[in-house]
Amino acid sequence: MGRTFAVILTLITVITVAVFVSHHWWFPEVASAHGVGMNDQFVETFIGAGIGFVLAQLALAVFAWRFGEKKGDSRKVRVFPGGAKGLVIFAFVYVGLEILGLAFVGQKVWADMYFTPPPSDATKVQVLAGQFAFYFRYPGPDGKFGPIHVDKIDEGTQNFFGIDTSEEGSKDDIVTAEVAVPVNRPVVLFLDSKDMDHGFYVRELRVQQDMVPGMEIPLHFTPTKVGRYDIACNQLCGLGHYNMRAFINVMSEPDYKTWLTQQAALQ
Amino acid sequence: MSDTSAAAHHHTAPTSFIRKYIFSLDHKVIGIQYYFLAIFSVLIGMVLSWLVRIHLVWPQLHIWGLEKLSPAGAPGGVMTPEYYLSLLTLHGTLMVFFVLTTAPQAGFGNYALPIQIGAEDMAFPWLNMLSFWTTFVGLCCLVATLFVKDGPPISGWTAYPPLSAVGSDAGPGQGMGQNLWAVSIAIFCVGSLLGALNFIVTTVDLRAKGMSLMRMPLTCWAWLITAILSLLSFAVLFAACILLFLDRNAGTSFFLPAGLLVNEKLQPHSGGSPLLWQHLFWFFGHPEVYIAIVPGFGVISHILSTFSRKPVLGYKVIVACLLGIGFLSFMVWGHHMFLSGMSPYSGFLFSIPTLIITIPATIVSLLWLGTIFGGKLRFTTSMMFALGFISVFVTGGLGGMFLAQPSLDIFLHGTYFVVGHFHMVMGVAAIFGMFAGTYYWFPKMFGRMMNETMGKIHFWFTFVGVYCIFMPMHFIGLEGNPRRYSQFVNAFIQPLMPVHKFMTIAALSTGIIQFLFFFNLFWSIFKGPKAPNNPWESTSLEWTVPSPPPFDNFAGVHPVVNHGAYEYGEENDGKDYVMQTDPPTRAVTG
Repeated sequence: MGRTFAVILTLITVITVAVFVSHHWWFPEVASAHGVGMNDQFVETFIGAGIGFVLAQLALAVFAWRFGEKKGDSRKVRVFPGGAKGLVIFAFVYVGLEILGLAFVGQKVWADMYFTPPPSDATKVQVLAGQFAFYFRYPGPDGKFGPIHVDKIDEGTQNFFGIDTSEEGSKDDIVTAEVAVPVNRPVVLFLDSKDMDHGFYVRELRVQQDMVPGMEIPLHFTPTKVGRYDIACNQLCGLGHYNMRAFINVMSEPDYKTWLTQQAALQ
Repeated sequence: MSDTSAAAHHHTAPTSFIRKYIFSLDHKVIGIQYYFLAIFSVLIGMVLSWLVRIHLVWPQLHIWGLEKLSPAGAPGGVMTPEYYLSLLTLHGTLMVFFVLTTAPQAGFGNYALPIQIGAEDMAFPWLNMLSFWTTFVGLCCLVATLFVKDGPPISGWTAYPPLSAVGSDAGPGQGMGQNLWAVSIAIFCVGSLLGALNFIVTTVDLRAKGMSLMRMPLTCWAWLITAILSLLSFAVLFAACILLFLDRNAGTSFFLPAGLLVNEKLQPHSGGSPLLWQHLFWFFGHPEVYIAIVPGFGVISHILSTFSRKPVLGYKVIVACLLGIGFLSFMVWGHHMFLSGMSPYSGFLFSIPTLIITIPATIVSLLWLGTIFGGKLRFTTSMMFALGFISVFVTGGLGGMFLAQPSLDIFLHGTYFVVGHFHMVMGVAAIFGMFAGTYYWFPKMFGRMMNETMGKIHFWFTFVGVYCIFMPMHFIGLEGNPRRYSQFVNAFIQPLMPVHKFMTIAALSTGIIQFLFFFNLFWSIFKGPKAPNNPWESTSLEWTVPSPPPFDNFAGVHPVVNHGAYEYGEENDGKDYVMQTDPPTRAVTG
């Protein structure tokens, strides 16, 4: 019984490690500057956790294999060499070092994204979420977003942001259904929601942030690869949650400028 | 140590059926009632998990009988995307509250704690009865959501506002269903608070002569610490549920800010914050993870020692680790909220105790390995589940190393990686603890033995099955597959559909094998061979009394404890263990 357990557990361990190592199911390619550091931290964590996983499972398998009681077993039970003390020290050193590494050294990505303000030349886009769509707004040449008037939001007239075009700041705002940003230039998104908690998740850009009604949350990053990526809502927001998505287009600078001019003309 | 004669309850055995089996004051009956409440809930919860898994991979499948249950949720027997969310919410709520919180603590704890510390009953038998029946009412309210017009709420077991707070404008199930949910959980909190008080007072006050704290089985330590966690955390959730109910029905705005435009209607609220709910909920929600798993720690330590024929390695260290885990569990709730809009500096601070809590968890796991090292392992079904517990707990726990880091959480948050992680570490591990406990205490509870062959088959399929269900969730999490999607329409998820199918088939087959367990359970209650007093050659007090024990546990005798709970070792008179009540002169050399 113990030996069967040992064999099955070893198989589970080997298969699990093999799948992770094969990278068959793995992160999508990074398309943002901070994502590279995040990948490094993933790899470090995988190594630390992987060693712990293999050691613990194999120790369990070996002990189950070796120490089963046999009929008429006159063997004396043995205390673990070094007793509890050795294991406690091992846990403190191994896990402690891991934590030091991960918690303090590895927090750079988090700090870069959230502890530093976005550069002043970042492309600004406002994102408003509602059941079950994302809307985007560019400030236009004046660099200012006009105020949102909730009572003026009207999907019928496509006034998704409740903009009053007579107001200063609102006149030149550009509202779009997809978002485009220039490659290799910092971007700051101002995330807001008009109804539920929603989530703004782009796998390739390694960004995710809840969108909370009543809060405007800035999120900044620098895309590094041209492409069209899924924006997925990742906070349960109602019956159409699974279908709440949009796309973010990372474009070359000239393409972006052309696109923005076209969008401005459509307003 | 306390004076048992002063605190003991001398109530006489009831004779009527109702007072004996229904409104019973006997902790053993109440423990079994809690256990069967959890069995009922886990059965429903499991069937719900089948339905949601089926819907994900065969969304057009006609499911027999589902239309009768909900004509709107499953027209023609085909589940709608919103009904998927309803059933998902009900699955999570049932499993977390009515299974993982009831069976390990209120079920086994009620049954075994008083006997293990040498008491005749819990300190407050009336309160004990009340806590069970309160919990029962809570369960009825929750199950009732299946039968109201719009069905159960669609806001998930975490019930984040505004979705949960604005009423039926937010979607189906958010009217009466969500009201019932809030009432159900508030009632459940009351039951848990009463139970927690009882556990704490019983452990502190009713220990038999000689049963010092450090002679208690680790199960009792685990139940005591869990009770303290319950007392502190359910009080907060209770308040949160009341506030949610008021926001929904009395026009208050605790969780709702101004300017909410839901379903094209401007909501009459202002001044609240959705984040407040998240703080209150997770202040409960993280300790809750330990409320589910710490009793398992106790049971597994106890069982590993018994079936390794060795003392637990580092008894005092395990006690210290459980206390440490309990303490730290109140400092980590913000790790559920790294991306919630909470201050990113808080996120950084919350990640540190979250990573630190892995130290006591690692120590306990290593001590279990050290306990079985060099032992004479007896591979009973109970022991197999205890060994399986170590494996799944380590696997699930290591996923936590990733999620504890805010910068990695940016990618993994809300993906199937999280689902795989918490099912493994909190769901499967806790359920393995329950299985181990069931196979271990069944002879005492029902006076008969369970069938070991059926038990072993149950173990093998379940052990391999849970890895097949939950390990692939980690893999697809790395691809960024979001959770709580009722259909997968995004192009990037399509290549992952074969994995989803594999997990669904694994969930169905692992579920079916559980019926062997249910059969074994009920068959053995009536047909199992008669159990001796101490079939496992264990040392704790419940094994000194007949199976099942008499009404007042020790037949009027006050047990005197002379030994620690884990004195296993070298035989000196044909026995390799010393019962806790054996004379002080008896000893084994371990």
